[in-house]
Amino acid sequence: MFGLFGRKRSKDHVKERLKLVLSYDRAKLSPGRMEQLKQELMGVIVKYFPAAESDYDVKLEQHGDRMVFVANLPMSQADA
Amino acid sequence: MNARAIVVTSGKGGVGKTTTTANVGAALARQGEKVCVIDTDVGLRNLDVVMGLEGRVVFDLIDVFEGRCKLRQALVRDKRVETLHLLPASQTKDKSALSEARMKETVRLLVDEEGFDRVLIDSPAGIESGFQTAASAAEGALVVVNPEVSSVRDADRIIGLLEAREIQEVRLVVNRIRPEMVKRGDMLEVEDVLDILGVKLIGIVPEDERILVSTNVGSPAALDESSRNGAGGAFRDIAKRLRGEDVPYASLQASSGFLTGLRRLFGGS
Repeated sequence: MFGLFGRKRSKDHVKERLKLVLSYDRAKLSPGRMEQLKQELMGVIVKYFPAAESDYDVKLEQHGDRMVFVANLPMSQADA
Repeated sequence: MNARAIVVTSGKGGVGKTTTTANVGAALARQGEKVCVIDTDVGLRNLDVVMGLEGRVVFDLIDVFEGRCKLRQALVRDKRVETLHLLPASQTKDKSALSEARMKETVRLLVDEEGFDRVLIDSPAGIESGFQTAASAAEGALVVVNPEVSSVRDADRIIGLLEAREIQEVRLVVNRIRPEMVKRGDMLEVEDVLDILGVKLIGIVPEDERILVSTNVGSPAALDESSRNGAGGAFRDIAKRLRGEDVPYASLQASSGFLTGLRRLFGGS
């Protein structure tokens, strides 16, 4: 992943950026709408899991032929 | 590829659609097929000049569509390869003169009545009516992509639209690869592009100055058999694969290593 001098190669940047932008393009969803979805989802989740941490992550991932919506929701220690 | 009618497309402009159409078309004809290349970029005609046939255009695609001439009268026969024909776009009309029904009928006539083995349809850039008309008559597609961010993104969009049209055979041509940039990690590799787009590969074409030289004089590089390496040879390989031959991919990495070795040998950088 990292070339000489620890510099990340520019082709690794472009590949990551492309994968991300294409997942939004294919889902016909803008990154801004995704952020909205994340906020609204968070509102619902804390109603049921008050201990849910706010730094959770939602993203779109390509799994073979299909697009998968992935939400990673860590619970705080007190809740576990 | 089984498809007789193949659209050459890319979404983004300037990635090499017309160059690919001219060179693969010329190579297919040289390999024995009766080939017609159609320019559908109405208003921005260019396939004629790239092939060096601009002086012999009399009628065009829109004349055929609107019944001002017979299909056969509009075909321009190539000077170098007898089985290669061009159906030029109109330079004066606009895209509103295009029609999917007429496009399909024209391609059907070329195959069924005129006996063409292969029809390559050079699509205009974009995803609007020009592209849609070009794609409407196609059973297969060559998607031309450059290893850079905007071209790959547009290719993904085009591939989605081709799939929506249920075009079965979609193949990728990765054009303008620069092996020395790939080597130092500053350009997407072919494998990266395939991984991102998820489409089968049919050709890898290196960046090659001789393409500009060949378009300057209006003679497709693929017809210059003396050049084994480089873009001309890569386009001939695409034609062979299209005809079902199993042609191994030339290792660009190795050739760049060889060149670097030579440069070192002669005291260059």
